[in-house]
Amino acid sequence: MGNVIGIGASPKRKEDQRFLTGRGNYVSDIKRPGMTAGVFVRSPHGHAMLRGVDKSAALASPGVIAVLTGEDAAADKLGSLPCGWGISDAKGVPMKEPPFPMLAQGKVRFVGDMVAFVIAETPAQASAAAELLTVDYEVLPSVVGVLEAVRPGAPQLFDDVPNNICCDWELGDKAAVETAFRKAAHVAKLSLVNNRLIGNPMEPRAAIAEYEPGTDRFTLWTTSQFPHVVRLLMGALVLNIPQHKLRVVAPDVGGGFGVKQFHYGEEAVITWAAKRVMRPIKWVASRSEGYVSDRHGRDHVTEAELALDETGKFLAFRVNTLANMGGYLSTFGPNIPTNLYGPLLGGVYTTPAIYCNVKVVFTNTVPVDAYRGAGRPEATFVLERIVDVAAAEMGIDRVEIRRRNMIPKEAYPYQTPVLVQYDSGDPMGCLDGALVAADVKNFGIRKAESARRGKFRGLGYSTYVEACGLAPSRFAGRLGARGGLYESATVRVHPTGQVTVMIGTHNHGQGHETTFAQIVSEKLGVAFDNVDIVFGDTDRVQFGMGTYGSRSLVVGGAALSKATDKVVAKGKKIAAHLLEAAEVDIQFEAGKFSVAGTDRAKTFEEIAGAAYVPHDYPLEVLEPGLEEQAYYDPVNFTYPGGCHIAEVEVDPETGTVTLVNYTAVDDVGTVINPMIVEGQLHGGIVQGVGQALYENAVYDEGSGQLLSGSLMDYCMPRADHMPMMKIATHSTLCTHTPMGVKGCGEVGTIGSPAAIINAVVDALSHLGVTHVDMPATPNRIWRLLQNASLPVAAE
Amino acid sequence: MKPFAYHQPDQIPHAAKLLTSIEDSKLVAGGMTLIPTLKQRLASPPALIDLSRLGNLKGIADDGATITIGAMTPHVVVAASKLVQARIPGLAALASMIGDPAVRIRGTIGGSVANNDPAADYPAGVLGLGATIVTSTREIAADGFFRGLFETALEPGEIITAIRFPVPLKAGYAKFKAPASRYALVGVFVAKFAEGVRVAVTGAGSGVFRVPPMEEALSQNFDPSAIAAIKIDTDGLTSDIHAEADYRAHLVTVMTKRAVDAALS
Repeated sequence: MGNVIGIGASPKRKEDQRFLTGRGNYVSDIKRPGMTAGVFVRSPHGHAMLRGVDKSAALASPGVIAVLTGEDAAADKLGSLPCGWGISDAKGVPMKEPPFPMLAQGKVRFVGDMVAFVIAETPAQASAAAELLTVDYEVLPSVVGVLEAVRPGAPQLFDDVPNNICCDWELGDKAAVETAFRKAAHVAKLSLVNNRLIGNPMEPRAAIAEYEPGTDRFTLWTTSQFPHVVRLLMGALVLNIPQHKLRVVAPDVGGGFGVKQFHYGEEAVITWAAKRVMRPIKWVASRSEGYVSDRHGRDHVTEAELALDETGKFLAFRVNTLANMGGYLSTFGPNIPTNLYGPLLGGVYTTPAIYCNVKVVFTNTVPVDAYRGAGRPEATFVLERIVDVAAAEMGIDRVEIRRRNMIPKEAYPYQTPVLVQYDSGDPMGCLDGALVAADVKNFGIRKAESARRGKFRGLGYSTYVEACGLAPSRFAGRLGARGGLYESATVRVHPTGQVTVMIGTHNHGQGHETTFAQIVSEKLGVAFDNVDIVFGDTDRVQFGMGTYGSRSLVVGGAALSKATDKVVAKGKKIAAHLLEAAEVDIQFEAGKFSVAGTDRAKTFEEIAGAAYVPHDYPLEVLEPGLEEQAYYDPVNFTYPGGCHIAEVEVDPETGTVTLVNYTAVDDVGTVINPMIVEGQLHGGIVQGVGQALYENAVYDEGSGQLLSGSLMDYCMPRADHMPMMKIATHSTLCTHTPMGVKGCGEVGTIGSPAAIINAVVDALSHLGVTHVDMPATPNRIWRLLQNASLPVAAE
Repeated sequence: MKPFAYHQPDQIPHAAKLLTSIEDSKLVAGGMTLIPTLKQRLASPPALIDLSRLGNLKGIADDGATITIGAMTPHVVVAASKLVQARIPGLAALASMIGDPAVRIRGTIGGSVANNDPAADYPAGVLGLGATIVTSTREIAADGFFRGLFETALEPGEIITAIRFPVPLKAGYAKFKAPASRYALVGVFVAKFAEGVRVAVTGAGSGVFRVPPMEEALSQNFDPSAIAAIKIDTDGLTSDIHAEADYRAHLVTVMTKRAVDAALS
């Protein structure tokens, strides 16, 4: 039977039993009778006219069943891949939204753009036939960088998108910012690049599609973070399949980080093709294929200016960013560098005026979309870097300048000048805690010890806040969201008292099966082992928006909490009848319904039994059964934040940066499972370390070739890059989520890059270094040190 | 991967005959480079000739003035060998730095030397120590063996059976790992013999090469300070997304100093 394991406990993760014993069920584990194999033929060119595809040799190849191209999709009148957000410029002019055909039509716009789908009896036969496809390309010059893409004369991706600008977006009071800048005692300026990243989840993307003619139903198994959204977008907008005739299953998924939260063309093509060939089809991406087709992240070029008064108080902040969208608009693409970026530029500070302009730009690269943190790491990086630049220029201590500008705990709720209102927080408390945990007071001793070994040691801070728990639908709708962002949960109590939860979020490594079971165990007083969490199947789960934006616990957990409240409410009605008491006198505590002030009680199991065996039951006022559903739409984002402190050592001989200490004190609200929260922090921080020191997606300008297209050339962070991290929480409770939770999935990735780069700059500041772009590779650091020795660099 | 025939000969002459008689056939030792290449369909040899059944190609022998390592000896065995650790510790250290544990368990010295990847570690050790490559037909001095990017002096049908290393007075290897691949961005092997010092560099150019000015300076004074001011020319050095040529040139000097330090420690 087991015990109640509730909020605040750290049981071992339920899902690890199957994962650690090799019994997970991933898409590529699934076999269907008569299953065929599909392979995508992708453009080897960054930019080319697609003059024609000769299928004949491929069709004649052994085992080949069909070859499908964009022309076939056009003939079947299939829709374009939809973008879930429509943003507008300052005048209200909607963004340019060129079609995104699932198979290229007329033109290819990035290396990896899909040209054809080859279906054969075996994967080897499909691969062999794919090599026989003759595609007639007229190669055009590619443009891959945002600065290059907006220059006059740059290659144009679309005839009706002048200068490749999708949208010239802005936020904030431009005039107020200009006025503040005129009064400023000091203006700090910073130009920076936020490097392009590739998510690299451990499991590559994969899909299986099957059509059942007897029922006219489609089933798509896909590596998705949001199967219901795939069903909605693909069924309603791309393939014209009614929702009740389309089942989307996202079984065990091996990591997502955002990469799997989009509706991909591969899903639509394989589903469409399954009916055309009347056979199930499986496609599994290779790692190399993932590099040129998984949506990439980040890729900004930014100019920022911070205006300060003579005491170092921030007066205004102005940010101009060029954000890379890649070759087409992906599901959330234009939302990320705008709505999830600009509103975070206030940070934890009282800056009264902020203006942000973002030009969203098409280039001949893989479409760019959300990657863990999505917009918020970029905003945090700009702000936390320029705070350090300002501190250095004004001769103010970096911690002191942050204190002078921080929002005091008492000032919450705090309305920023950039839309969002923070409900709760204590940035000063996080900073104080981190200073102690990181042993900052003895940093000088450690720096001297490094110096004795010929190394430069530096310390870097990032005091940040983010907005997650995506999202209040009304708010998101005003910003351009084309869908809702609520979540749903069904709590099904079985006649014997065990519980199955159907929830619309998707667990792909976050530990939901454990965390959500703890919530149910706590709230219903049932044993932790008697709760199972079901997700990832549109036939089993009512609806849901999926998992991204640190929303699962915040929004999904809230829906679950509401649904358990409804179960208790109904249970009280049943108990009142059985115990012959008034409903208002029934109390529910620790799994028992009792009459207040008496020893008369019924267990949760007894109530469940009565609900399903209603021999003695208030049938005249209450339906049998004990199953409740709740939808929850939050009233606000949640605002986790904290203070991260990085300590690095630089080897001036080779330029190598070693992360030697890392401390994070975060405010994530109520913690359900401390072990899982710590794990989320670990993973998030490591991904931030990856961005700061190692990862970089590099394209060749002109040809559009991805030069960092494999694990041999794209450096993922590894265990030996990391010191032991000091992780702690300093929580204030969210005032509007039912349990006070704020979310923790992205905070590590959001807080860490700035802390690390600030530490690197600190280590090199005595040489006149004022900024280092990410990733801070040995070559880049060495180059800076070479230049630093030149007299001009000292100014 | 495309289909191919698979042979497992147990005699070297048989292996050599298969190699010459099947056009474009490939030898497979540990397969650490070849198998990934096949999986990516970048190569499609009609036949693979697996060397794992050939006798006497595994193991390490002390011949007094030389140490002989069988071509099929995996890196992990060389790294852990008490004999190599005692007689040529720099070579054991080099083997311990190759790839990751899986690569070290499967990958072999013969495979690495025959492949002559411009960023592989063993070519630096073989050239730095002035080893002899023993093949199915002859013996080849290291100085004449490596011929640039994936090219060697091996004739068609010729199979490496062992590498014979002279035992130096001192030797050391220093490797600056490419962050992603962990191949050598620059790796330098330094060996001191009675007759002089040899310095071999891998990773920096299109193939392993020696650095005569550093060899002369270290022959005079086997100390890092002797070469600290010697800069090598960037001509012929690799420039890529990980490191520009002048940075690689700089690293050659730094890694040579560190290799000398390792040899002295």
